[in-house]
Amino acid sequence: MAKIQVQHLYKIFGPHPNRAMKMLKQGKSKDEIMTAIRHGVGVNNATFDVHEGETVVVMGLSGSGKSTLVRCLNRLITPTAGSILVDGQDVLTMDDSELRELRQRKMGMVFQNFALFPHRTVLENAAMGLEMQGVPVAERLRKADEALALVGLEAWGASYPNELSGGMQQRVGLARAMALSPDILLMDEAFSALDPLIRRDMQDELINLQDKMRKTIVFISHDLDEALKLGDRIILMKDGAIVQIGTPEEILTDPATDYVARFVQDVDITKVLTAESVMKRSEAVAYLRTDGPRTALRKMRKHNIAHLFVVDQNNQLVGIISADGAAALAAEGKDRLSDAICTDIKIVSSTTPAQDLFTIMADLPYPLAVTDENNRFKGVIVRGTLVAAIAERRGAA
Amino acid sequence: MNTIRLPVGAIIDRAIDFLVEHLSFLTKAGADIIETVLGAIERGLIAIPTPGFIALAALAIWLLTKDRKLCLGSIIGLILIWNMGLWAATVSTIALVAVSTFCALAIGIPLGIMAAISSFLNKIVTPILDIMQTMPAFVYLIPAIPFFGLGKTAAIFSTVVFSMPPAIRFTYLGIRQIPTDLVECSTAFGATRWQRLIKLDLPLAAPTIMAGINQTVMLALSMVVIASMIGAKGLGGEVWKAIQRLQMGRGFEAGIAIVIVAIILDRVLQKLGAPKQQQKEAV
Repeated sequence: MAKIQVQHLYKIFGPHPNRAMKMLKQGKSKDEIMTAIRHGVGVNNATFDVHEGETVVVMGLSGSGKSTLVRCLNRLITPTAGSILVDGQDVLTMDDSELRELRQRKMGMVFQNFALFPHRTVLENAAMGLEMQGVPVAERLRKADEALALVGLEAWGASYPNELSGGMQQRVGLARAMALSPDILLMDEAFSALDPLIRRDMQDELINLQDKMRKTIVFISHDLDEALKLGDRIILMKDGAIVQIGTPEEILTDPATDYVARFVQDVDITKVLTAESVMKRSEAVAYLRTDGPRTALRKMRKHNIAHLFVVDQNNQLVGIISADGAAALAAEGKDRLSDAICTDIKIVSSTTPAQDLFTIMADLPYPLAVTDENNRFKGVIVRGTLVAAIAERRGAA
Repeated sequence: MNTIRLPVGAIIDRAIDFLVEHLSFLTKAGADIIETVLGAIERGLIAIPTPGFIALAALAIWLLTKDRKLCLGSIIGLILIWNMGLWAATVSTIALVAVSTFCALAIGIPLGIMAAISSFLNKIVTPILDIMQTMPAFVYLIPAIPFFGLGKTAAIFSTVVFSMPPAIRFTYLGIRQIPTDLVECSTAFGATRWQRLIKLDLPLAAPTIMAGINQTVMLALSMVVIASMIGAKGLGGEVWKAIQRLQMGRGFEAGIAIVIVAIILDRVLQKLGAPKQQQKEAV
């Protein structure tokens, strides 16, 4: 079952939400409703799931309703209609104490402008959530200290927030949420207020933390690069409605609407494409145990290529053999390939970003082999196919 | 114009008469209590030998503010008052201000907190505050007499009414000015309204509330002088006597004593009101 299930969620801002709801159902747009009855449409019929341990990035321009949507999840904003289930529990029917329980234990939130209490030390800030739970002082300070250590700030506990840089302040914000050991982290534009270099560091740090902690994260961002980097899946919003949900690659390569296409057209596609998505799954390989030089030469002729990768019986890459090498072996009458195999070759893993491939492939006399984490042969990349694959994706986007 | 004159004054007269008739036994009893408390405080203060009092005051100011100039100035000022023969009157005035301020804050700060939490209450309180602040101070003296009789309690009553608005206003303002992202954050971490008040609102509003307290003290001091007309005595009483006898020098002496007390109170309270963070940054 999904960790968070959101179904047909609406949020209307204004004194008569029902009138706006009626207009929405008639197919009126956000702008039409605003001009007609001065009601804002925050979220318009949002339906999505977030799975356990997944990072979902909700992305869109400002005013697209992404911040409203995430505030509905812990009911900082009360939705107009729809349902939100967290671990199967309906958030919208919770009374005050159940809601506090949810916020205190299950959902940690990180804010765009850090929202640290200026009159409290870093340690006291990190302990704030536990303090609201009523955890005894000694225990909550110990846990807060652990959380600070997690983000590398254990030495700063006695400082005040205004003595810290923006990046460090946001680490405190993150530690404050982590100290609750919540299942779910809600991160509202958490890195948007940081300058680009710090932002990238924080993104890397979040990815590292996430590898260790496997929290369920709902991350709000207006930065597509950030969404592509952090998100297992991306929810793209426009005017309060969800326009597409998909993996970063799906969003880029298969945009659901013109809006998404326009949104993603400026992305440097080489950052997103991986070696796997641009390689050719080649059937043309030589098998070390069974193939002799003549078989290898025949395979090369058939596929019109000058090199052949050699694999063992477990499909593990052994090396490469050239047409010249195979021909020489054949002339000497040898029936094993092993003597002519060049084992000193360049290999990339299937997850290598396409942009790194250009430098790796420069001056490489033969194609590039792609393997998985167990060194099993997956495919080949030749210069021509790399450029073609990128050009093709770009044309589509 | 006279044919359609609205009976505003008559209505107020009748309302106050009604209240006096049914409440004065309570207010008079209250007056007795306040008179007793005030008398005790005054006697206690005056029992301290003057040089000892000045030394104690200087020590307290030093401990509270660590400001050498302020400390020294206070000593000189207080000695000057003593020298002018106004010590007893000054102590009496300080006691009056202390009791009035205490009452004004005890009512005003909680009221300000409640107004900040409930916008409904705020809608009721705001116009009343507007009236309280623009009504000429002398007007408060009149109803004080039937309720409390001529004397110090009547003076305290009108002083409390006159000096309370800033305590309410500044408390309200301080809490309303808490950044919304901090408020949202405390909610997101599951704070109850009470937790938010204690852990966020009041600490962050403290400098603003202190400014309100300062204002309240200053207004109380000025009103205590005016209230000498209904028997507040003290420094105001000296001024009042000087007016009636046309003793300009004596009047100014009392006036100077009031200024000295006001400046000392104001500077000390300002120092206390400065937020600790800023002091730290300034170092």
